[in-house]
Amino acid sequence: MKTLEELKKLREESYKKMYMRGMTQGIRVQVGYGTCGIAAGAKPVYDTFVSEVESLKLNNVEVTKVGCMGECAFEPIVEIVESNGSKTIYCLVTDRIASEIVEEHIVKGNRIDKYLLSKIKR
Amino acid sequence: MLDKMHILICGGPECRNSKSKQIRDKFNEEIKRLNLGDDIKTILTGCFGLCALGPHVLIYPGEKLYSGITLDDIPEIVEQHIAKGKPVERLLFKGVFDRTKFKNRSELTFFAKQERVALRNCGIINPLDINEYIARDGYEALGKVVTELTPQETIDEMKKSGLRGRGGGGFPTGLKWEFASKSVSDQKYVICNADEGDPGAFMDRAVLEGDPHSVLEAMAICGYAIGANTGYIYIRAEYPVAVERLQIAIDQARELELLGKNIFNSGFDFDIEIRLGAGAFVCGEETALIASIEGERGMPRKKPPYPAVKGLFGQPTNVNNVETFANVPPIFLKGSDWFRSIGTEKSPGTKVFALGGKIANTGLLEVPMGTTLREVIYEIGGGIPNKRKFKAAQTGGPSGGCITEESLDTPIDFDNLVKLGSMMGSGGMIVMDEDNCMVDVARFYLEFTVEESCGKCTPCREGTKRMLDILNRICEGNGTLEDLDVLERLANMIKDSSLCGLGQTAPNPVLSTLKHFRDEYEAHVIDKVCPAGVCSNLTKDLVLDNCIGCTKCARNCPVDAITGKVKEKHYINTDICISCGACKAACPVNAISTKPEDWEAYNG
Repeated sequence: MKTLEELKKLREESYKKMYMRGMTQGIRVQVGYGTCGIAAGAKPVYDTFVSEVESLKLNNVEVTKVGCMGECAFEPIVEIVESNGSKTIYCLVTDRIASEIVEEHIVKGNRIDKYLLSKIKR
Repeated sequence: MLDKMHILICGGPECRNSKSKQIRDKFNEEIKRLNLGDDIKTILTGCFGLCALGPHVLIYPGEKLYSGITLDDIPEIVEQHIAKGKPVERLLFKGVFDRTKFKNRSELTFFAKQERVALRNCGIINPLDINEYIARDGYEALGKVVTELTPQETIDEMKKSGLRGRGGGGFPTGLKWEFASKSVSDQKYVICNADEGDPGAFMDRAVLEGDPHSVLEAMAICGYAIGANTGYIYIRAEYPVAVERLQIAIDQARELELLGKNIFNSGFDFDIEIRLGAGAFVCGEETALIASIEGERGMPRKKPPYPAVKGLFGQPTNVNNVETFANVPPIFLKGSDWFRSIGTEKSPGTKVFALGGKIANTGLLEVPMGTTLREVIYEIGGGIPNKRKFKAAQTGGPSGGCITEESLDTPIDFDNLVKLGSMMGSGGMIVMDEDNCMVDVARFYLEFTVEESCGKCTPCREGTKRMLDILNRICEGNGTLEDLDVLERLANMIKDSSLCGLGQTAPNPVLSTLKHFRDEYEAHVIDKVCPAGVCSNLTKDLVLDNCIGCTKCARNCPVDAITGKVKEKHYINTDICISCGACKAACPVNAISTKPEDWEAYNG
């Protein structure tokens, strides 16, 4: 890449890839994968999401690793970004909860309130 | 003629995707169709900040905000609101805290109170994919700088922004760059200091793990400004995830030619290498860090000459901290005026804090400078768990000091914290409650500096050790009042005569606790009591009358010193008790006390 125009073109393409997939057609699952998340068990959670999404053939769902979001005490944290712009944050997720989120939230569209970061008892 | 009505349409990038231009045209069309006259203006504005609900339209007078509207809604708005003055309730924005209308993330005070500049991409993009960084305006700042600005203009913009080093000292970054650029040499270096060693601090790790490209981009900008074409990231080997992601990021940037030869056809070359630190706190000091990269033993040297004149391999070198670098790209994208609009006059921008200790939301947060400690601890941090009382917050790690309850409302910035006898440090913030013994806290930090002292200069090597001996003596119950004076004298001596920042600041935790909590020291020395119940030689536990008889304490006692029946007050046999504090931690109603005044009431 040698010019700003090329950069802008790539930006627009990447932006579409990143947000169109999450915001107009499907769901983007962001798993907190910083050291805090990994230490709290983000790996089995990430693996569960990937395998469940694959086995259910959910083509419109993208599972992504992201960095620390800041709420390290409540890792592993998973954020579900949906086509309508809603962003749901689940905290203290385990592999069991991860499959529950795939079944209930991603497939059926029901938010599971008891695992929400805003609902957790501090 | 004055305009009767203004229709502001959000033209921010998110809303632009949802067709803000078409919305404006539709508004104009409808206004014309209904012949409402020329005194109604439609204006495309910048981002409103509530992008998830866009597109937004704000109508003045009345400041009515519509959100998430479609082209089909516009005739109704024009007919009802603009022509007849009746806002269309159905489409009005319902407020941030209405769960049904707003996204989950910003409902939380934890996120709503923050302003993220350095952490802008952390937790949002995939750090292993350069395209996601580019999607969020990545490398555009670098492209602009190398193609549109001269190195001097780059430095001037940096100076105008007023950004101060986030590693602790708070030295103006623009000035630092200028010094390095003025040194004449055919070889210069840029170093990113990622040797984050303060206990309880992990801001730099989060940036490197969550958004590594922002640091790479900023280092290249710095290299262009000072005339360097090689950069080193000095990172501790204890951060394996960050190291791995940085290497992937560097490889991806090289592949897209964003690092390497002739970046953006400007003739500017820049490349970055990683150097691993073996885990010495002193290597966070820039001259020791440079020695370590050169392959020498990590020890500081006398300054001047400063690294800007004579640094790595004897060449002019600019060293900045990770968080400082992470702030650079947004400054060049949005301008120094934007950056100055955040924070305070003397400390513009934001600061990332790693919140730890006795706090509900342990984690990472970024707030504008000038936010008060009370907001950070009680609103974003969620307060202190288990209904305990706040005692102090320790900032600046082993180099900093304590901030007490009276100072909770002081706006946090570099200068105010120094005035309070603490310092910004890299941003670790440990919250302590009434169960923390301040003598023990001072001892903890001093133990750390004794371990980490490199041994080059005597005041730091020997002095801190002697101070630790005294503190150990006090905690064991063998201290005297004279010890406190010796402690203070030694501390000031070490402060004045040490070679580097580590030694010069090592006595700060002791001095600051002595200043604010002298009564606690005196209780240890005169009454031989540790009021917080931490120093086990000086602690006697007592069950108060508000005991509910839940038996939790008795079940947790490792030596069976507690007796009592269910639903009746329990008793501690002080002859058996080893003052381990297990009962205190287990008690749900805070009925176990170590306070001397409770003992007096009991005996008297």
